Amino acid sequence: MLHIPILRSGKPYESIDKIEILHHATGLPVAEVSQANSGMISRDVGRMDDSILEQFTVKELLAMCKKAAGFFMTGTLPVGDQKQTFDDYVNQLSATTGMPHSYCRGNAQKLHKTLDEMNVIVAGLTRGFDPSILDQGYGDDEGRMLSWYREGRTFGAVLPSNSPGVHSLWLPAIALKCPIVLKPGREEPWSPLRLIEALCAAGVPREAFSFYPTNHGGSSTLLQVVDRAMLFGDAATTKAWAKDPRVELHGPGFSKVILGDDAAEEWEKHIDLIVSCIAANGGRSCINASAVWTPKNGRKIADALAQKLATVKALPADDPTAQIAAFANPAMPQRMNAMIDGMLPGAEDLTQQHRGTPRLVQQGRVAWMLPTIIWCDREHALANREFLFPFASVIECPTAEIPDAIGSTLVGTAITRDKKFQRALMACGHIDRLNLGPIPTWKLSWDQPHEGNLFEHLYRQRSFQMENA
Amino acid sequence: MPAPALENRVRHAAEALDAHVREIVQWHFNPETGCEFWLNKAKGWTFDPRKEVTSFADLKKLPHFEDDWLRGGPVRRWLPRGLAGKPVYVFETGGSTGVPKSRLQVEDFRIDYENFSTTLSDKAFPKGADWLMLGPSGPRRLRLAIEHLAQHRGGIAFSVDLDPRWVIKCIKRGEVQEANLYKNHCIDQALTILRSHPNIQCMFTTPKLLEALAEKIDLTHYGIKGIFCGGTELTPQFYRFAREELCPGIDFVPTYGNTLMGLATHKPFDPADKYEVIYHAPQPRAVVEIVDPDDAGKKVEYGQKGRVMLTTLTRETFIPRFMERDQAIRRPPCEPYPWDGAGNVQPFAGMGQTVVEGVY
Repeated sequence: MLHIPILRSGKPYESIDKIEILHHATGLPVAEVSQANSGMISRDVGRMDDSILEQFTVKELLAMCKKAAGFFMTGTLPVGDQKQTFDDYVNQLSATTGMPHSYCRGNAQKLHKTLDEMNVIVAGLTRGFDPSILDQGYGDDEGRMLSWYREGRTFGAVLPSNSPGVHSLWLPAIALKCPIVLKPGREEPWSPLRLIEALCAAGVPREAFSFYPTNHGGSSTLLQVVDRAMLFGDAATTKAWAKDPRVELHGPGFSKVILGDDAAEEWEKHIDLIVSCIAANGGRSCINASAVWTPKNGRKIADALAQKLATVKALPADDPTAQIAAFANPAMPQRMNAMIDGMLPGAEDLTQQHRGTPRLVQQGRVAWMLPTIIWCDREHALANREFLFPFASVIECPTAEIPDAIGSTLVGTAITRDKKFQRALMACGHIDRLNLGPIPTWKLSWDQPHEGNLFEHLYRQRSFQMENA
Repeated sequence: MPAPALENRVRHAAEALDAHVREIVQWHFNPETGCEFWLNKAKGWTFDPRKEVTSFADLKKLPHFEDDWLRGGPVRRWLPRGLAGKPVYVFETGGSTGVPKSRLQVEDFRIDYENFSTTLSDKAFPKGADWLMLGPSGPRRLRLAIEHLAQHRGGIAFSVDLDPRWVIKCIKRGEVQEANLYKNHCIDQALTILRSHPNIQCMFTTPKLLEALAEKIDLTHYGIKGIFCGGTELTPQFYRFAREELCPGIDFVPTYGNTLMGLATHKPFDPADKYEVIYHAPQPRAVVEIVDPDDAGKKVEYGQKGRVMLTTLTRETFIPRFMERDQAIRRPPCEPYPWDGAGNVQPFAGMGQTVVEGVY
């Protein structure tokens, strides 16, 4: 069987402690993955060569990222003790996560784009100063002395299994000269490993990469011992790290589509956009909308969304028309379904009414959650929920109250020509990314920070003067 | 199947255990020598244990011991009348929230650790060497037991202040950084002791504290020759990591124990075991059986995983058939220990709630 080792500063290590990751549909093992004990992580991070990437200029590292983009999409790269083509990668990723092949390929395109356009992303994060300033530590920026030093000598990321696109968030660390320490999601070692191998093939030293599949305790250790980190997880997971500024949190998004009075009048025009915000990429991401806020016509909007989404079917992952992911662990959708049913009194599941069948579909060991649109008031328990499938509540609320009432919102797509409402949303501290106009919540411009600016997370500006020689 | 010589030893050990059971049951259920708790308990039974329990197998006639019986007072109900007037210790287990479980002891902890001492190598744990006790302090048996072990071997034990209940509270509240700071506080104390007392050559610690201490210093450089490690789950990968990376060249002795049982010794290291830590209870004073979680009367097959069932049989304490919060793989008798072993002990997965393990 394929074995996926730990990478300790690039060196493979086979642990005694291994887990098998299984095919979501057949239950057969796809690979066994070595598990790191937490002491190994703290010991290795303390001994890492945190200057390993200083031997390159940022420009050289950007060129390596560009080269790695090609290897990622077309190369045959090592995966553990075997070789992996791009198609193998898609098959393996889909097998252990239940994601449709089309979804895997779509996310791979995002990762390719991130590597290919890393210069644009880094320029966005640094606001465009000459990257050689990072090589030298100081330099002239439009007549002003500018100096930055890297405070994050080591950077770690505790990664999820649900959405391969998120790997685009840690990738810029390499171009910013920071060696990385990754803890992959349990069912998704594939994307981070392939990205590491693509970068190594492009010339980045293997020593810059550590890869520790591990348990909850190991994740916690990783977050403690690196200088800066990124943590993906649900609200319970991220809560423990909320007071630690070294850790950038990527929890639930609670992203929303917000309609102004004008857009709510002509709501039919926006239904396709809202459906896409809810259900694109299987509705699994924090940038999928989990609520629609409108000042009027809420019931009609909810009904129209439900009618469209009720046509989505539970299909095998290799069906090219599959739109939603199966769950690799069937207990998870069962729990979600029971939770929604338990909270439902006082609200209506309109999709279920249109579809005429339950939202939970089980075939053998595979389970799917079909899209769900809930019509409820803003105080209802389901009004502000996010799940790993296309789920959204539709809430009616006067526009004047929306900015205060919506709560934490990673991406807010606001459709309105009302300047006053636009200004109120611009001033709203609940919204992390604001799209004004019919822009899908999932359409990110990667040259802008997402839940924090990785450059500012890793680097610190200092005052700097130097006597002329 | 064990080799013939081992087979004989297995049979003799079983016979000795049956004899020991008879003696202990006679003691605990005799109105002259037994404790109030067991004498009262027996009044509710339809049989006389002194007549009906004549072998280890007969203990099945008794109900499973419930550790909740050990919570709260009056604790003297556990003191056998035959031991009245002797100085008594009370040791606690659990208690990060609510009432801890208590066990009264007179000499048991000394006897257990003196017996354990015979399994330690004099090269790695030299007689006369001092010890560092980097483990729980407070009302814990372990703290006093390690001190006695050191004294028994002619040494002195230096201890840190460590309250495991505080660590568990921090972890339960999600205050990871606070727990980490507390761990560092304990490590700082240990470093101060190690730097000040050059005769320290042996230590007790837990896996997590060993990792943290070995991060700071090379233990060999500080003269440590033997480490006795336990208190929390010790995985095969940790065992390998400890031997190969944390403390190479130091004798690493894993143990499994608790306030109710005493402590089990591990089967000597054998590469064929692939770093699985296999423990053997201090029979006949305590017996560990690996049983079917749904039918405690049935032992699982060798090599199969089951729930740990503990029976403690000393004159101070009688704990029949207590279902531990651990699971393990049943392992066969081996040369030094001609009775069953427990491999790869870990928290029992069927308890329905997560066990919070701190630094201890």
